[in-house]
Amino acid sequence: MDPYLPDELLIRGTEINYLFICKTKLWYFSHGVTMEQESEWVDLGKFLHEKSYFGEEKNIKIGPIAIDFIKKGDIIEIHEIKKGRSMEKAHEMQALYYLYYLKRLGIKAKAILNYPKLRETKEIILNGHEEDVERAIKEVEEIKSLSIPPTPVKSKKCKKCAYYELCWV
Amino acid sequence: MRKRSLTLLSDGTLSRRENTLYFENAQGRRPLAIEGIYDIYVYGHVNITSQALHFLAQKGIAIHFFNHYGHYDGSFYPKESLHSGDLLIKQAKHYLDKEKRLKLAKLFVVGAGRNMEQNLKRWKVKVSFDGLLKELEEVEKITDIMNVEARIRQKYYALWDSVLPKGFKIIKRTRRPPQNEMNALISFLNSRLYATIVSELYNTQLSPTISYLHEPGERRFSLALDLSEIFKPIIADRVANRLVRQGVIKKEHFRDDLNGVLLNDDGKRIVLRAINEEMRKSVRHPKLKKNVTKQRLIRLEAYKLIKHLVGGQEYEPLVAWF
Ligand code: SF4
Repeated sequence: MDPYLPDELLIRGTEINYLFICKTKLWYFSHGVTMEQESEWVDLGKFLHEKSYFGEEKNIKIGPIAIDFIKKGDIIEIHEIKKGRSMEKAHEMQALYYLYYLKRLGIKAKAILNYPKLRETKEIILNGHEEDVERAIKEVEEIKSLSIPPTPVKSKKCKKCAYYELCWV
Repeated sequence: MRKRSLTLLSDGTLSRRENTLYFENAQGRRPLAIEGIYDIYVYGHVNITSQALHFLAQKGIAIHFFNHYGHYDGSFYPKESLHSGDLLIKQAKHYLDKEKRLKLAKLFVVGAGRNMEQNLKRWKVKVSFDGLLKELEEVEKITDIMNVEARIRQKYYALWDSVLPKGFKIIKRTRRPPQNEMNALISFLNSRLYATIVSELYNTQLSPTISYLHEPGERRFSLALDLSEIFKPIIADRVANRLVRQGVIKKEHFRDDLNGVLLNDDGKRIVLRAINEEMRKSVRHPKLKKNVTKQRLIRLEAYKLIKHLVGGQEYEPLVAWF
């Protein structure tokens, strides 16, 4: 990690994502209680440091996700390939967080969410959403700092959630 | 692919060539689909090449070793992949705080007692351990909890004996080495169960070395000993009971050894098949509203413990409803 990286950027993309899915899940995840095959999202921060810089790298596969970093002039495109729209808000916020992250590092970028099954794409730009990201970061920090996990609330999401057994046993 | 436990009972060699794991014994060499292996239980004399070990470590597969008597010797356990510093601290806190430790230790004994009671009811023996379990409430020392547990167990074995066929009475529960058939059978099954609990704990963030009823360091994976209190009656004892009462396991499946009685190879084969099947049997979980295998119940117990430790929900030991 960049030693000068501000604290709020030590949050992982997954945590922003989980904030918009379930707070219980976020709490467990951020306290190290992860479930098997819990590798849905790439941690961009880690990735940037491992791969140093983007260059012309394409189609980087990490777990089940493919990301393209394409350098276009001074704009970088982050491509995320998604299965469906059910978690759209979470995906968008995670992408916005990455863009915010990159901006703080002085890198201009935009994100594209790809839905190959739906033959659709969605472009995400940070402009105007900075405050949303900052609010999300703050909320993540608040939930992480709770001394006990938020009480789970049963919803449709639970059925497919890797934490189902932990929450409901 | 549904992952399964692999049991190696015969002597042989476990090796790796390219991306395939092979087991070679007197019958020949057969490839093993690594993606389908959950964990491995080794009862025979098995040579394992270091390449095979590297491969298993890479895939996160634990191997458990058993001695001549079928007692647990130890495990090869891939470098731990799941960590949570936070949970580890909470686990230790619950050990160091006397009240917190006593609470958990008692709950393990309550679970054990209730499950023994359930077994006896299944076997049509009238019993209630209420009196003994009530004593637990007042107790303030781990050794006293252990003492209550021992008394419950004593009573349990004596009552169980009343339904066991002649020649298979437990009489006095002995261990290391077992002095009679039923003791040999129970020990063999308990060892296998213990190893399975080790496997399940490996797949969680719980540290298997911090325990509550048993003293940490008493044996290496003392948390597996704590959990085995709950599962011995409902898994090992039930299998043992069934095998002897249905006459599947007979006197001829044992032999006398210099130091005691032990299962012979045929006996081990039968018992291992039975316990493997038992672990894969599923029951409807009333809370989760889905079917889970008996083996999965162990994992669920670990999850309940995690929730207790982080303050999400108080631990309630599993009492068999099935
Ligand atoms: S099972 Fe439901 S409540 Fe639990 S973490 Fe998942 S979504 Fe949240």
